[in-house]
Amino acid sequence: MNASSPLQVAPAAGTTEGYNFGYLDEQTKRMIRRALLKAVAIPGYQVPFGSREMPLPYGWGTGGIQVTASVIGPADVLKVIDQGADDTTNAVSIRKFFNRVAGVRTTEKTSAATIIQTRHRVPETPLAENQILVYQVPIPEPLRWLEAREAETRRMHALAEYGAMRVNLYEEVARYGRIAKGYDYPVEVNGRYIMSPSPIPKFDNPKLDNNPALQLFGAGRERRIYAIPPYTKVKSLDFEDYPFTVERWAQACALCGATDSFLDEVIVDDQGARVFVCSDTDYCEDRRKQGFRGAAPDALAATASGAS
Amino acid sequence: MSNPKPTMIEVRELAKTFVLHARGATIPVFADIGFDVDAGECLVLAGPSGIGKSTLLRSLYANYRPQRGSIRVRHGGGWVDLAAAQPHEVLDVRRRAIGYVSQFLRVIPRVTTRDLVAEPLVALGLDADVARARAEALLLRLNIPAPLWSLPPATFSGGEQQRVNLARVFVVDYPIYLLDEPTASLDAENRAIVVALLVEARNRGAAMVGIFHDREVRAEVGTRTLDLADLQRAA
Amino acid sequence: MTEPLLRVENLAKRFGATLACADVSFVLRPGEVLGIVGESGAGKTTLLRCLAGQLRPTAGRVLYRTRHEGEVDVYAIAEPARRLLLRTDWGIVHQNPRDGLRLEVSAGGNVGERLMAVGARHYGKIRNEVSDWLTRVELDPARIDQYPETFSGGMQQRVQIARNLVTKPRLLFLDEPTGGLDVSVQATLLDLLRSLVGSLGIAAVLVTHDLGVVRLLAHRLVVMKDGRIVEHGLTDQVLDDPQHPYTQLLVSSILPV
Repeated sequence: MNASSPLQVAPAAGTTEGYNFGYLDEQTKRMIRRALLKAVAIPGYQVPFGSREMPLPYGWGTGGIQVTASVIGPADVLKVIDQGADDTTNAVSIRKFFNRVAGVRTTEKTSAATIIQTRHRVPETPLAENQILVYQVPIPEPLRWLEAREAETRRMHALAEYGAMRVNLYEEVARYGRIAKGYDYPVEVNGRYIMSPSPIPKFDNPKLDNNPALQLFGAGRERRIYAIPPYTKVKSLDFEDYPFTVERWAQACALCGATDSFLDEVIVDDQGARVFVCSDTDYCEDRRKQGFRGAAPDALAATASGAS
Repeated sequence: MSNPKPTMIEVRELAKTFVLHARGATIPVFADIGFDVDAGECLVLAGPSGIGKSTLLRSLYANYRPQRGSIRVRHGGGWVDLAAAQPHEVLDVRRRAIGYVSQFLRVIPRVTTRDLVAEPLVALGLDADVARARAEALLLRLNIPAPLWSLPPATFSGGEQQRVNLARVFVVDYPIYLLDEPTASLDAENRAIVVALLVEARNRGAAMVGIFHDREVRAEVGTRTLDLADLQRAA
Repeated sequence: MTEPLLRVENLAKRFGATLACADVSFVLRPGEVLGIVGESGAGKTTLLRCLAGQLRPTAGRVLYRTRHEGEVDVYAIAEPARRLLLRTDWGIVHQNPRDGLRLEVSAGGNVGERLMAVGARHYGKIRNEVSDWLTRVELDPARIDQYPETFSGGMQQRVQIARNLVTKPRLLFLDEPTGGLDVSVQATLLDLLRSLVGSLGIAAVLVTHDLGVVRLLAHRLVVMKDGRIVEHGLTDQVLDDPQHPYTQLLVSSILPV
């Protein structure tokens, strides 16, 4: 972690005057860091924290931004992705925000980043020990769907009473013949706490397991922080006879030909023609630079200008 | 057993009074009853109606709780005083030692006649199929037609219910039977069948205490009479 | 002689100045069914909740003989151990199925929950065991995937009973299990409870104001008035030869059938 010096850091060139480094004041950062330390010490446990008002609405990643603001230092390189893409409005805004209030360098390259804030995806490129992945979390409580009372869900976690959690999976198999849940697929962290991985596709769940990077989760509206320390065992819940599996596509990425990445279906013209392309734009671009080509490398040429 | 006719029931200084709080009434029934009943004996309780024969019989089953005295019954190699025993001991005595034929059958909703009769055997740990087979054999002997076995006895005639009631008790070879007018609503033919059953149990060595209004039944089954009116005059 | 499964010693529960129950002591042996009767407000349900580990008594002890660790004081052991007892060795059947079932979950999920809570991880095996239990409580296993709301009140009670019995508990707490049901439905449910409790050798504490229900199900009775036990004994003793003025009133108030 490239933590900032205790008090004031001189604003980097081009940053907005009058704001503390990283927007949050140092007291708030300390409070959040304490919560983060506790979260790292108890993998998968939801630590309450005093979520601050941020200059954007809840649901736009206020939890993730506060976590990022508390761990970022002047030497860090920030990457922000939304649905796997670096060029969506939310990702661009958050990147610009930290550029202005912390003056840090930003990147779209996974391998070049020290901190990656994400919504809905884990990058395809494997992460390394010196990286932090910060997840934006809308609903941190995996038991909420069956128990509305916070006091009761906390007790269920405390006593590891997770029978009801399995009922959820049971109901899916009973209704659909398989565990149909595709996003926010619950995991058991370090053999103890059941945790929501945030609304990432279950395709990304295996990446949480034994990852060299530090994974931090921030829920702004729900005021919860939790974490998966590096190299922690993360297991997706399942049944012995209905084991956890990830989705596979019959197609390869139309642009780069990748068969191992999470694909988005994109409509490319007014006639409804569609192609499948990597959801992780950096990964896709990287492969194309390396010379990989899909079946229709120019499929998005017409829409690309409009999207970015 | 060394003694072929051991004492099975020993009653001493038994007193029963009903206290009806709502009416502020105290009704003494008997104050000092004592008697023994041996194996192979049938003690007939006699006396005019209202003298307390049924009350005594129910007390012997620990259905009524006496105010004073003891009711000792031979059970499991020792003696249990039903007037002082713990509830679970009483239940155990009832399950294994005493069969009580009440005047009326207590019907259990939905339970078939066959299962109702087999139930006491199942409670003793017997296999359900074996118990049902024994129940059917006894129902047959007591003249209950086979088509009725799989029906609950709620809609049966009084005589049929009475015989089902007897079957439910005599399906187990208890060492002690208490009989409260077991032949009251039976015709001559069925009465003869029941009398034969009772005599057979008595000859097997069961100790019996009974109330029989029918003089012939009394003569054939009873071996000794206890007249409650005499006791009261004596007291 | 079998040792007591449950021992209750001088139990009392106060809510502020109000006394809900006091001086309650009794023992329950394996396979025994104890009825607690008395009018509404007599403290029956509060007592049941104290017994069932759900409401800490103000005074007294509830001692339970566990399968492996001998007798434990239900309120002295740690909460995880107490809650584990509740979902494995004990069962609670509520008067209102809504209190004992998850209405947004299918019948199968409701019955399977306790199996999954104690470690069942094989869907097919869970499913088979649930089907088996639905059959045992006389529900059509074909309805395994339907929601409790599509069931009648009596059928919901059956689902609740199956949900509790699936982990083969040794002690069942029944709170007016047939209250609010039609008489004919009551009769079949009572018979079902009677045969299940009897054949599985489950001990039970049954709270009801219906003397017909205890006559059928309970071996022993406790009569409560104003939070205290005024009379106890074998069910037939208490009902046929009531001693306490209140019991006499209770018994004489029943309409003859």
